[in-house]
Amino acid sequence: MLQILFTNQLALGCTQAAAAAGLALLVMLIARTREIHLERETLVALLRGIVQIIVVGSLLLLLLRGPAWTTVLLLAAMMVAAAATSARRAAGVPGAFRVSLAAIAAGAGTVIALMTWAGVIDTALTSLVPIGSMLISNAMNTNSLTLHRFRSEVEAHGGLIETALALGAAPQRAVAPYVQASCQASLIPALDSLNSLGIVWIPGLMAGMLLSGADPLYAAIYQFVTIAMMFAAAGFTALLSSLLVRGQAFSPAEQLTLRPQAAALPGGSRSGSK
Amino acid sequence: MLRSLKLFKTHRQALPRLAVSQGPQFSPSFLRASLLQTSSQEPVRTTGKQSYSAEPRPVLQTEHLSRIVSATRLVDDVSISVRAGEILAVLGPSGAGKSSFLRLLNRLDEPTRGTVYLAGQDYRQLAPRELRRRVGLVTQTPFLFPGTIADNLRFGPRQRGEDLPAETIALLLEQVGLAGRAERDTATLSGGEAQRVSLARALANSPTVLLLDEPTSALDDEAKAEVEALLGQIVRQHRLTCVMVSHDRAQAARLADRVMFLKGGRLEKIGPAREVMHVADTLH
Repeated sequence: MLQILFTNQLALGCTQAAAAAGLALLVMLIARTREIHLERETLVALLRGIVQIIVVGSLLLLLLRGPAWTTVLLLAAMMVAAAATSARRAAGVPGAFRVSLAAIAAGAGTVIALMTWAGVIDTALTSLVPIGSMLISNAMNTNSLTLHRFRSEVEAHGGLIETALALGAAPQRAVAPYVQASCQASLIPALDSLNSLGIVWIPGLMAGMLLSGADPLYAAIYQFVTIAMMFAAAGFTALLSSLLVRGQAFSPAEQLTLRPQAAALPGGSRSGSK
Repeated sequence: MLRSLKLFKTHRQALPRLAVSQGPQFSPSFLRASLLQTSSQEPVRTTGKQSYSAEPRPVLQTEHLSRIVSATRLVDDVSISVRAGEILAVLGPSGAGKSSFLRLLNRLDEPTRGTVYLAGQDYRQLAPRELRRRVGLVTQTPFLFPGTIADNLRFGPRQRGEDLPAETIALLLEQVGLAGRAERDTATLSGGEAQRVSLARALANSPTVLLLDEPTSALDDEAKAEVEALLGQIVRQHRLTCVMVSHDRAQAARLADRVMFLKGGRLEKIGPAREVMHVADTLH
């Protein structure tokens, strides 16, 4: 319908963006009637999203004919941004940014490097950057879930963890069940993506390839390739971030320091101080 | 990334070596022997340099022990000493810092100032795991691990690579009144039973000091009386040095040799139970 009204692609894009954002806002308003308050976060996220993607679009336009190292630089910058986003989600976990950066860079970076080396990902900027960014954003989601789950598991099981410590257990041993749980839980979305591929969703990359006229069978196979790479990156990231974050919950004297904020105040909990 | 990995490594290095308790005094056979022993021979023997000839050597001693969290003095300059085989009750109004004080004694929290001496040794020189093996804790709510009662009892020794023999498990369970129930799932236990398991689990580590944080306050009256009687009996039998937080003065009077009274994190009074209870009454 919109295509009839606009001949200019940019104007069309803006209107389409407005329509999509409007729908997102509508959902937010409906959520509000159910006492689920997402207004601020949704608005900020929408605005950020559009500004960021436009900036990236312009950058891509500029970098299209740039030297090869710009690709590496761009991917590195994406990893830092992903780590910062993830770390915000894990507020209260000490060293969340460092853990996130290490896990995302190693998780997504390994897969990108290996697959580029093997020739699965084309070295052209127009291919490496979008696919790399998908892997990074997937690693970021997994990392956020790992950290978030780890924090809530540890906060919910402080009594058991301290009991294990009080019995002479090493911190690693005391949190082992929760490290495992957060690692497993964070991989559920990546696993589901793999399971439901093609049935529930035809992902962006394949859609894009189809739109640009690629062979549908190759587009389909390549989509599987990217989802499998995403899973590999997610798996690496989850393993790393759960192992790295484990050390962040304890002091050098093997005391559980990652505790609910309320417990830090006297009388906030029976278990006493922070 | 490198920095983070390095931090992680440093943290691991900061962790002490694994427990060094391979000596005969901690072996299960010793535990078994000590469990069977009921004679009143000299309690814990200490071999430090600075031994006092007149008084029994303090097993546990706090020196200006303080913990301050965001400008709140949870524990404020508490210096006490507990003699071998003694039961010291910690009393005080809620929020007085009783539990905070107890958590400092096995270093579950870090003192902001001051320290604790365990058999004359500054506990910061001990590996936390070894310290916590020697200073057992029974919490108000028993946090039992999923699995059987026996699994819970084996947990402590297993951390040091020791396997608690079935006879020792049977003996410990007999002592806490749960004979023959080693294979019961902990999910099916009543509050009183769970607290008994928690006690047996702490004992399985052969501690020299036992910390009790309101061990009966989460129980119903009947279980409370049973567990209290059991505690008194076990602490004497194992010749444990014991620090017990309580809000129940009558209980403190029944179990404790001495009582300390905390208020606003500060030590108000310490002395024989009868004496301090009187002071506490006049404070209100």
